[in-house]
Amino acid sequence: MDEARIARRGLSPRLWLAGGWLLLALLAAIFAPLVAPQDPLAQDLMLERLPPFWLDGAEPGYWLGTDSLGRDLLSRLIFGGRIAFIVAFAAATSACLIGSALGLIAGYFGGWADRIISRVVDVWMAFPPVLFAILLVAVLGTGLSSVILAIAIIDWTRFCRVIRAGAMSQARMDYVESARIAGYGRIGIMLREVLPNVLPSVLALLSLEMGIAVIVEAILSFVNLSISTDDPTWGSIIAEGRLSIHQAWWVLVFPLITLILTVLSFSQFGEALKARFDPVLR
Amino acid sequence: MSACLDIRGLSAVLPNGQRVLRSVSLSVQPGEVRALVGESGAGKTMIGKAVLGVLPKSVRVVEGEMLIEGEDLGRLDAKARRTLIGARTALIPQDPLTALNPSRRIASQMTDRLVRILGWSGERADKRIRQLLDEVQIRDPERVLKSYPHELSGGMRQRVLIAAAFAAEPRLIVADEPTTALDVTVQKQILRLIAQLQRDHGTAILFVTHDLGVVAKVSQKVSVLYAGKVVEEAETAQLFAAPQHGYTRALIAATPRYTDPYASLKPVDESVLAGLTAEIAAADKEWRPSHG
Ligand SMILES: Nc1ncnc2c1ncn2[C@@H]1O[C@H](COP(=O)(O)OP(=O)(O)O)[C@@H](O)[C@H]1O
Ligand SMILES: [Mg+2]
Repeated sequence: MDEARIARRGLSPRLWLAGGWLLLALLAAIFAPLVAPQDPLAQDLMLERLPPFWLDGAEPGYWLGTDSLGRDLLSRLIFGGRIAFIVAFAAATSACLIGSALGLIAGYFGGWADRIISRVVDVWMAFPPVLFAILLVAVLGTGLSSVILAIAIIDWTRFCRVIRAGAMSQARMDYVESARIAGYGRIGIMLREVLPNVLPSVLALLSLEMGIAVIVEAILSFVNLSISTDDPTWGSIIAEGRLSIHQAWWVLVFPLITLILTVLSFSQFGEALKARFDPVLR
Repeated sequence: MSACLDIRGLSAVLPNGQRVLRSVSLSVQPGEVRALVGESGAGKTMIGKAVLGVLPKSVRVVEGEMLIEGEDLGRLDAKARRTLIGARTALIPQDPLTALNPSRRIASQMTDRLVRILGWSGERADKRIRQLLDEVQIRDPERVLKSYPHELSGGMRQRVLIAAAFAAEPRLIVADEPTTALDVTVQKQILRLIAQLQRDHGTAILFVTHDLGVVAKVSQKVSVLYAGKVVEEAETAQLFAAPQHGYTRALIAATPRYTDPYASLKPVDESVLAGLTAEIAAADKEWRPSHG
């Protein structure tokens, strides 16, 4: 893309706000040992339920306060971000790869390939996703990789449906017919002609799915089915915060805000990406 | 010398058994422009798609032969047929927007075919493309080559597609209503360009149109199609001077004349159509595919 076109379209504030938050959260998670002000696991009964910095009784160095065991909330959120991002990237990418490949095949080739894939998708989507996830984790066992696997297994259908519809409408376009007349093979047409046109939707969905994966992981750790270690996760912090809502509201509110901001940012970032890369809007 | 395109007794049916092509025969000699004229829905596009090997899955050819430069497409396996069609034919499509891939630049779309299908070097393809862009009178090839399709006007896109169609020196081009989607002012330029390149390259064209005015301008021979059936075929001048079939006469009467655009036009005569429809229905009752 040339500079003139970027300038003409302007830099969407949405892209920058969402992207900025995600980048900040991601960097904090990656460099957690360097940026976290405290050890996220260190308990100190002298420091329990300290309020955030602007309230009376706050301690310097404990910016967002502490929980009922005296652990620093900000540090726990930063370390919790590590698991959130690992799950987001790994689960969403896996779901995306499986779903997009199948959706592309179903939509472009049609026929019996489409009938089989669409049938499987229908059956899959008949399960309520959260129950499905809990069931899967119960079967696969708790732990990071089971959570990732469960999300990928459940959510590939989301990609499959959207990509299938996109590929189907692209396959009807005259340029696909021209490519066939010229003598291109079917796979070549699918990858070179059809795929680039569904890619913007794939990107948007991938980003949205990362947000969804963050929520699902939070729900699973909320019901204590996610990572069965002491490592803090946003879901487990929320679960603890719920218990002490009357004594220390911040332990519930800050992780909720973090979670919501992250999920919204993923979905907004996806939309903005799509607008940017959509060939006709471009 | 064998005909560039020879269609013999081609019939095609829909899944419900309805015939869309009724024993169509037509030929295009090398370097000749054959117009295929008829109202919307007559099956013109279907014939073009049959020639190019891209009939919809729902349409089944039940009889007839198609030969490209003497080679019977029915006797080739699918791969050999694709190769033959890819090497000897090209399409100038009706809608220049959907015929270009929206997410790829013009340059890559135009050179791709020469490089990947015909095995040319990138340099040779690039040179060839620029030469053709010059022939279709695109003044700023650099900008056009770098553009995405939606950044060009309809007329510009159609020029690009004409250049692309002629680039690989096909023997036969199917032009399916190549000016229908364009502004009236652009239509004439595009027609003139196609005629010009056709002469310069000596390419045979099957020129599909619903407009007899266009037929008169571009073609040497005409086939008139009604409901998937060729009702008359003639030299173009002959057809206008002495139309034989009632339907052709009605069609001519319904076409505005450039010499006298305000002359009263007659809609195609009801009784002519009724007669034709009855004739076709009777023929359908008799008809059995010769094989298949
Ligand atoms: N994909 C398709 N499947 C089934 N029937 C079709 C399809 N496309 C066109 N037809 C039918 O075939 C007939 C001929 O269509 P077409 O060749 O597009 O006409 P024309 O190009 O002369 O306007 C029409 O009756 C049309 O309804
Ligand atoms: Mg048509």
